[in-house]
Amino acid sequence: MAEEVILLNFWPSMFGMRTMIALKEKKVKYEHREEDLINNKSALLLEMNPIYKKIPVLIHNGKPVCESVIQVQYIDEIWSDKNPLLPKDPYQRAQALFWADFIDKKLYVCGRKTWATKGEELEEAKKEFIDILKTLQSELGDKPYFGGNSFGFLDIVLIGFYSWFPAYQKFGNFSIEPESSILMDWGKRCMERESVATSLPDPERIGGFILQLKKLYGIE
Amino acid sequence: MVDEVILLDYWPSMFGVRTRIALEEKNIKFDYIEQDLCNKSALLLEMNPVHKKIPVLIHNGKPVCESLIQVEYIDETWPRENPILPSDPYQRAQARFWGNFIDKMLPGLGKLMWGVKGEEQEAGKEFVEMLKMLESELGDRTYFGGETFGYVDIALIGFYGWFDAFEKYGNFSIEAECPKIIAWAKRCVKRDSVAKSLPDSEKVTELVPELKKKKRVG
Repeated sequence: MAEEVILLNFWPSMFGMRTMIALKEKKVKYEHREEDLINNKSALLLEMNPIYKKIPVLIHNGKPVCESVIQVQYIDEIWSDKNPLLPKDPYQRAQALFWADFIDKKLYVCGRKTWATKGEELEEAKKEFIDILKTLQSELGDKPYFGGNSFGFLDIVLIGFYSWFPAYQKFGNFSIEPESSILMDWGKRCMERESVATSLPDPERIGGFILQLKKLYGIE
Repeated sequence: MVDEVILLDYWPSMFGVRTRIALEEKNIKFDYIEQDLCNKSALLLEMNPVHKKIPVLIHNGKPVCESLIQVEYIDETWPRENPILPSDPYQRAQARFWGNFIDKMLPGLGKLMWGVKGEEQEAGKEFVEMLKMLESELGDRTYFGGETFGYVDIALIGFYGWFDAFEKYGNFSIEAECPKIIAWAKRCVKRDSVAKSLPDSEKVTELVPELKKKKRVG
């Protein structure tokens, strides 16, 4: 039976970017469907992710897989013949999953505060943001990628945020360099990969999107 | 080389319970070291420098943090006995989805137990709604995985030790709202691994006032 793979996505989502990159790394043919999350979620989205009604949703032969990290693991397990994404060793795998969880718990929430908050809360968020980047940079060390010599799972989990970094700095009015220069080099290295370059939006567009969100939520 | 397995944990933790159950299911000998969370040990701070939280699983000197990650690690490292995750990738993705969903219940429970007065009603309602979704997912099966006790059962059963406390402080009855969940929990408790690992409900409920005081001060 021919594989049918559909990805319900929304272009600015750093989570959707993960799934797109994973599919591209595995050279999986898939249909990309853009969701209008602001105005009108599709019936298919609501049917395939009734619990959260969020993107990305990966639909494989009619069956949905939700949550981006789970989707990347699933893609790696189903299309296991090329470009392994997760480490083979259980301990290395546990470390990769730990850092993915760290990124989801800390980076997303903190990043959001750089454009959605003001005053004391914003100042705290900026400090925390730089600390988080330093921690990730320390984990990267002097390896070309988080997994070592090959681009893999943890690089995929983090790289979507790279397209949001310029906007975070602009709206938060701060700079993440020079403390994060190693991480920025890593970002540029990842962008040389076709799967990444064709999945991340232009950071300028992210800036425009944030302005839209601020208006929508009444954030000054 | 003989495996050295240590678990840094705190007896009432619904997350620590997961790791304890997984180790028991696999019949792994481990050293349980009780942690004083008000006075964190050097070992805990060394082994989980990022979050400084329990549970921490230390296998031959190397730490694994985060309970669901520990459960998967245990399943992969000792694959032969009592498999925890399904072997089919799609079923595995579903199991991970529900494990992740269960973890999302925690902030609401935090509001229910330690939050601002007046927040408990709303938090209680949210918790019951999420439990009902889990109940619907369980359906008429014996366990979340079907006939076999597995990952999602392990992810959720630790909360059962706290049900009495949630009901008391949230002023609702879980049995009335989600009878199938209670029936499922009673089935799980019959398993040795669960009976050995779950904290005593009464002791947990007795502990709550003390924890409330600490959280107010801390």
